[in-house]
Amino acid sequence: MTKMQKKLWTGLLIMALISPLGIILPELFNSGDAWGEWGTDTLEKLLGFVPDGLRKYADVWKAPVPDYNLGGEESSMKVKVISYIASGLIGILAVAFVIYMISKLVMKNGR
Amino acid sequence: MHIPDGYLSPQTYIPLFGASLICWSVALRKIKKELSTKQVPYLAMAAVFSFLIMMFNIPIPGGTTGHAVGAGIIAVLLGPWTAVIAVSVVLIIQALIFGDGGITAMGANCFNIAVVMPFVAYWVFNLVRGASSTPARMSAAAFMSGYVSLTVSAIMVAIQLGIQPLIAHSPDGQPLYSPYPLSVALPVMALEHLLLFSIVEGVVTVLLFKYFMKNEPEIIHAVSGQDK
Repeated sequence: MTKMQKKLWTGLLIMALISPLGIILPELFNSGDAWGEWGTDTLEKLLGFVPDGLRKYADVWKAPVPDYNLGGEESSMKVKVISYIASGLIGILAVAFVIYMISKLVMKNGR
Repeated sequence: MHIPDGYLSPQTYIPLFGASLICWSVALRKIKKELSTKQVPYLAMAAVFSFLIMMFNIPIPGGTTGHAVGAGIIAVLLGPWTAVIAVSVVLIIQALIFGDGGITAMGANCFNIAVVMPFVAYWVFNLVRGASSTPARMSAAAFMSGYVSLTVSAIMVAIQLGIQPLIAHSPDGQPLYSPYPLSVALPVMALEHLLLFSIVEGVVTVLLFKYFMKNEPEIIHAVSGQDK
């Protein structure tokens, strides 16, 4: 690894460590979900109903770490912050792993 | 920007899955030809960067949130086809592990964020830069590539969500999927990006562009020649 690459990886690690800003600031400014990304509970409140098709498909997938949160929806901010950092680290490993696998596969077949 | 499951009707998400599949197969063939061993760490770092920058939700006080994506700078640094792979991998992992973006909407999300955005970014960068190589012109090109590409990507999302009430409703007119019409989705998504989130994307793009110009200009795809 070159010196430059070490520096860049360090920067990425720091990003993961300060990533909870991405949940603390919205909480502080009382900002809700991104537009068009509401859960069915929120939609019920916004519209007074949940569209049929949307209800049917909304929970088709059970993600292992939903919303980057290991503690469930009602968990404290502290748990959310720790989960968020952990999610950042899990993300780094998962993304880097998949990219290296893809690169290995295409390069092996390619030359 | 990450469309969840249930917001798109099958007649929307199936064709977009097809479009993404085609783009992935072309992109894989392209990187097979172009990717060198030296570039692999940068590809990994670029994808990791995109994953992390999307965690930084930016609040609109009392309203909603949004975030930068990083696809603009990745396209400028590594080329649009490489960016397709980097950002698609991120979106698929976000959907599978973190439930961020739907499984049925995966093709749509990859098309909007990992295909449209990098190509718009690359095109805008070259358009604004023209034949010039002055630092000011290049910085302007970098900012605009991030700013325009995230906005266009958000508009794509708004169109796909906004047409749902038109194309998929019950006999009595109730929407079956995403409930808001184009007249709501389009202005909301366009304005929140034009006024805030895309500016952040532009700033991130120009800062990283300058950093790489200073430290490793030879890796910048959009500057050091497209054919390697």
